[in-house]
Amino acid sequence: MVDLTTRLGTLTLKNPVMPASGTFSDDLAGVFDLGCLGAHVTKTVTREIRGGNPTPRVCEVRGSMLNSIGIPSKGIDHFITEVIPFYQRYETPLVVSISAHSGDDFARICEEISVPGVAAIEVNISCPNIEEDGKAFAMRPSSTRMVMEKVRGASDLPLWAKLTPNTGETTEVAIAAQEAGADALVVSNTLLSMAIDIHTRKPKLGSLMGGLSGPSLKPIALRMVYQCAKSVNIPVIGCGGISNVEDAIEFLIAGASAVQVGTATFINPLIMPTMIRDLEAYLIKHGISSVSELVGSVDDAAALDGVVFMEAAP
Amino acid sequence: MIANLQLSDSINPADAVIFEVETFVKSNKPANGEYRHMILDAPSHVLNCQPGQFFHLLCPTSERHQPFLRRPMSIYGFFPEKNELHFLYKIAGKGTAALSELGTGDHLNVVGPLGHGYSIRDDWRNLLLVARGVGLATMAPLAQEAQRLGRKLTAICSARSENVLMSVDHFRALGADVITVTDEQGTSSVENMRRIIEEHVAAGKVDTMYTCGSNRLLRLLQEIGAAHGIPGEIALEQQMACGIGMCHCCVRPFRRDGAIVHERVCREGPVFDMQEAMGW
Ligand SMILES: Cc1cc2nc3c(=O)[nH]c(=O)nc-3n(C[C@H](O)[C@H](O)[C@H](O)COP(=O)(O)OP(=O)(O)OC[C@H]3O[C@@H](n4cnc5c(N)ncnc54)[C@H](O)[C@@H]3O)c2cc1C
Ligand SMILES: Cc1cc2nc3c(=O)[nH]c(=O)nc-3n(C[C@H](O)[C@H](O)[C@H](O)COP(=O)(O)O)c2cc1C
Ligand code: FES
Repeated sequence: MVDLTTRLGTLTLKNPVMPASGTFSDDLAGVFDLGCLGAHVTKTVTREIRGGNPTPRVCEVRGSMLNSIGIPSKGIDHFITEVIPFYQRYETPLVVSISAHSGDDFARICEEISVPGVAAIEVNISCPNIEEDGKAFAMRPSSTRMVMEKVRGASDLPLWAKLTPNTGETTEVAIAAQEAGADALVVSNTLLSMAIDIHTRKPKLGSLMGGLSGPSLKPIALRMVYQCAKSVNIPVIGCGGISNVEDAIEFLIAGASAVQVGTATFINPLIMPTMIRDLEAYLIKHGISSVSELVGSVDDAAALDGVVFMEAAP
Repeated sequence: MIANLQLSDSINPADAVIFEVETFVKSNKPANGEYRHMILDAPSHVLNCQPGQFFHLLCPTSERHQPFLRRPMSIYGFFPEKNELHFLYKIAGKGTAALSELGTGDHLNVVGPLGHGYSIRDDWRNLLLVARGVGLATMAPLAQEAQRLGRKLTAICSARSENVLMSVDHFRALGADVITVTDEQGTSSVENMRRIIEEHVAAGKVDTMYTCGSNRLLRLLQEIGAAHGIPGEIALEQQMACGIGMCHCCVRPFRRDGAIVHERVCREGPVFDMQEAMGW
């Protein structure tokens, strides 16, 4: 028997495959038994009730997609009374993704959402900081540190910081999150993008720009996972374009202790259980006894530090 | 790919209600100038469908077409006893163009059945169906269900010209009284359709109305429905990504209790209450 478990700080997952926030809901239980997943990660929730963005909220680009769903939210009360109870039928750890527009608001929702049934909180700091210049908190080490310190003071649950690829300071942001008390990093969210219909000359998304996800994002997310894993001691969870078991293994080798699957579930709703099964088959076939043997096993001995952490193409 | 089929079957648990399966193309032929009729060989357990539901199709990629997301397609017919799943589609862009290139024996991965279909309440004895163009496709299974339940069905079909009128014979075979109106003959105007529908209402032949797709028809039927207190349902479309309710990209606005609510076309829909629907 091979060991599929993976450790994320105090949490042990039975396997390293979990959904990405915003691409998963109880609706998927109509397709397969959600109990097979390593963890459940919910759509980002805000304290207040929010509408979403204008439609069209999605468009495709070659081999990938853009979305501008925004964070429509029925508010935290609805979340606590309706969403959390659904997941109590599973033993799978429930990870709740939260967002807010200021450090204090982050702390409030973090405290209020720290209820029984929640195993960890994913702090989506890829949203705009409206108290400053509207740039995402996770674009800078200073705003990342500020939010993560506030949430650290508000909850004893494991806190995962979800980073953005829209930064030129990946390692600095990762280190700031760790120093502020994050228990793990999720790397990463979508990349700000755009598409225009050349016939109407209108942007293809109702809100002009949106986030790129799917296979085109993968090499970028993989690079960030690698850099983060090299610069922090806390576990890194890989996310971005992971579409099959080979992609998942590549992220584990780059340094991820677990992976999140988003867009691929839209294309193949069974992809997560398939990946778990294929990962087990891969380990058996290659005589690898545990997932942890793969994590961070990249053969980069010859690379210089300056190369590992660079933020420019060679 | 055969391995994939077995995999899907083993991972889909007994209590699954939505399936991802490989199907095989039985035929895929032009139905007339603009539309194509595709018949898939699908396992009978995925064919427990409701009229108005849809499937999400993983259109093939080729050198010419690389669709990425799945494409939603209404169920044109489902026959578990024959393992057949039918679609009627129009080539709109790369996904449907790729579909049109599928030949007999090719496989096609489908997810479904999805969404919330039409309802036929016990006290709805006389059904009126009004559709334009390919919209009628979403309604063929409804006609079949109406026949099964012994309801009286009148269908008003509107199209550009007589030769693109879809499924008229199919509807007649299902016992429907079919009235055709076309742009070519100048009979498809809102005024003329209003006249025809009002005559049916006056004759007591309309307990409920069903439609899909057209803004013009929606307005007309909402007015008639409100004036006479006749309920109705409409099938709507929206861009989709997941098709099963997770991503919230397919929402549309609806008027409910004096407020505007957003619902997912793939989950709460694609069939909605006609009076709550908002034009676009
Ligand atoms: C519930 C539902 C049922 C449908 N049933 C049918 C049917 O029975 N027969 C039929 O011919 N068509 C049907 N459509 C429309 C069909 O899905 C689109 O024509 C198709 O997605 C176009 O894809 P494309 O790649 O050929 O075109 P493109 O224009 O290249 O598509 C580009 C993008 O726009 C999206 N898109 C384009 N038109 C539509 C549309 N009308 N609705 C939703 N998304 C769209 C595509 O999914 C894709 O993401 C239905 C749509 C919905 C939502
Ligand atoms: C439709 C959609 C909605 C998303 N919503 C959220 C969200 O609410 N919160 C969040 O942190 N990330 C959200 N994401 C980002 C994903 O969690 C993930 O980081 C990103 O899509 C990259 O992974 P992928 O390529 O596997 O999809 C969303 C992505 C998509 C496609
Ligand atoms: S298409 Fe994803 S929720 Fe409807």
